[in-house]
Amino acid sequence: MPISIKDLPKEKYVLPGDTACPGCPENMGLRFVGMALGGKVILVIPAGCTSIIQGLAPGSGLNFPILNVPFASSDAVAAGLSAAKKILGEDAVVVAWAGDGGTADIGFATLSGSAERNDNIIHICVDNEAYMNTGIQRSSQTPLGAWTTTTVGGKKERKKDLPLIMLMHRIPYVATASVAYPIDFIEKLRKASTIRGFKYIHLHSPCPVGWRFDPMYTVTVAKLAVETGMWILFESEDSKVSISPSSRPYLDKSKRKPVKEYLSMQGRFRNVTDEVLKEIERQVDENWSTLLKLAA
Amino acid sequence: MVLKTLTGNYAVATAVKLARVKVVATYPITPQTTIVEKLAEMVETGELDAEMIRVESEYSAMAAVYGAASGGVRAFTATSSHGLLYMHEMLWWVAGSRMPLVMAVVTRSIGPPWNIWTDHSDIMGQRDAGWLITFSENSQETLDETLKLFRITEDERVYLPGIVTLDAFIMSHTSEPVDIPDQSLVDAFLPPRKQPYVFKAGDPIVMGNMPRDLKWNMMVREDMCRAMERAKRVIEEADELWGKLTGRKHGGLTDCYRCEDAKHFIVGMGAWTGDMRDAVDHLRDRFGLKVGLIKVRYFRPFPSEDLIKWLNNAMSVVVFDRSVSPGAEGPLYIETVSSLASSGVRSPVKNVLAGLAGVDLAPADISNVMLASVEEVEELGAFKQRVTWFYGGE
Repeated sequence: MPISIKDLPKEKYVLPGDTACPGCPENMGLRFVGMALGGKVILVIPAGCTSIIQGLAPGSGLNFPILNVPFASSDAVAAGLSAAKKILGEDAVVVAWAGDGGTADIGFATLSGSAERNDNIIHICVDNEAYMNTGIQRSSQTPLGAWTTTTVGGKKERKKDLPLIMLMHRIPYVATASVAYPIDFIEKLRKASTIRGFKYIHLHSPCPVGWRFDPMYTVTVAKLAVETGMWILFESEDSKVSISPSSRPYLDKSKRKPVKEYLSMQGRFRNVTDEVLKEIERQVDENWSTLLKLAA
Repeated sequence: MVLKTLTGNYAVATAVKLARVKVVATYPITPQTTIVEKLAEMVETGELDAEMIRVESEYSAMAAVYGAASGGVRAFTATSSHGLLYMHEMLWWVAGSRMPLVMAVVTRSIGPPWNIWTDHSDIMGQRDAGWLITFSENSQETLDETLKLFRITEDERVYLPGIVTLDAFIMSHTSEPVDIPDQSLVDAFLPPRKQPYVFKAGDPIVMGNMPRDLKWNMMVREDMCRAMERAKRVIEEADELWGKLTGRKHGGLTDCYRCEDAKHFIVGMGAWTGDMRDAVDHLRDRFGLKVGLIKVRYFRPFPSEDLIKWLNNAMSVVVFDRSVSPGAEGPLYIETVSSLASSGVRSPVKNVLAGLAGVDLAPADISNVMLASVEEVEELGAFKQRVTWFYGGE
């Protein structure tokens, strides 16, 4: 069913008193989770930016039940919690909300194990493409050429394609999303919540502090990622891949904006050479081609 | 009641079933494996009405049972050795969350080199995490103590997780007759689960976000210490009640064997306290030495008061440790000495480091150590060496 913004619940899930940086994409994402799933959610949150964003105890800036947990543990904790709710016959959507570190790196074994067991949870990877909470260190999700405090000359390796890795776990639902496309994200969350088993959603989340852009441009940068084809919105139900409507125009390469436009908005790509730029462009084409083979 | 021949591991599995545990998450490791297998079989056949989460690591095992417990159900896991070390971070988190939870640890040495035999290095590495830690001497005590731990950890005066330990192979794989209590008896002993909070949809509680005032963070640790103090009473009460229902009392935090007129004491914990009993009998009956054994049943909370009471007028004390803190001594020795010193007890205390890596210690070895120790103290009034390494034999 198509969603329109005016029909979304008005209840607030991100409250005054949270401690996010200006322009933070994680707060936007959490707001959309609230709009999509409302009071059904229990959040399990490992170490990361959202550990801080939620504000200081005994208060909380987020109007969700939140179980904070150690860095590598979120999916296993969520699996146990979900099992308990099932046993007690309670209606709940247990969501592991983790950054790219807690998902793709330190949390990866836990994520993969939980996906393989098909635990009944939603994992949302809030991907800001580096370890932002500790002060911008590179992760496996940092793209090629990006400056971080541990890749001062630009990252030498490309971004690990986590959504496809999750797709190959043959779980019932995999999707990518972006904070610039809330309706798409909310639809995907609602669909995920109706499916039993492991659901994975990878949320592209531009970070003004770590990516070096003005906080007013979070949505602009996130949109450009999609419009340049750098970030492809898709979903997969039972391993059937389909490109989401917002990314569909960019199947046609000629419709894509130049990658350079996306990179030039961000200080982290300031020192990217023409050679690295060419390689990034090649990778964009390669990513599309791989995905389209899976979508065929 | 039914008398059955059970290994220590099956005694644990039986207790888990009787406790009506709802979620089990485990990762196999020698010699804990048969606990996992037995529970998986019980779940598969419907003998145990529980969810089994077959996790990919011990870290996730502890994380999953923590999640289940936070969601409001009784949960259980078991591990050993490197598996326990891999869980270490989660152990602190569970205790700091004040979440009642029970785990069995089959104590096993830590590599390198690889070694599957018993010592207490693994469990002693967890002593500061905030879990109750109990040691058992035989499969009956393992079964009884596992059941008691559910009651003790879920008591609102405690609200801390607990570990029951059993020595690798000596207990985990050795069969003994075990009195299995009726389900109705266990149900009478073990009330429905209580816990400080339950995560539910629609109830926006938060566990674990940063406090506005660091003093609150420090108070969390202080409150855990206070809960450990209160747990001493709760452990005694559980032992009393269990004794009334089954006729079996194992003692509270300690069990003192032939202590009443003893002048020389052995202090130990775990499976070899059975051998120590034999040694005490031998030394008394054969040599007329007034030797007693203090079996430390709970290492956390530490039974300082009991040790002070029993050792107040001791002529000598030998503490056997099955693990060591390099750069210091054995943990049981360190804490025994600290307890005694804190109340001015000046008895000579010696630390014997033995049985590490599964090196066998026979009752005769214990007797020999004690004979030499008694002789030394009677001659010199003190021990020449505070710490000795003993590999058995002469």
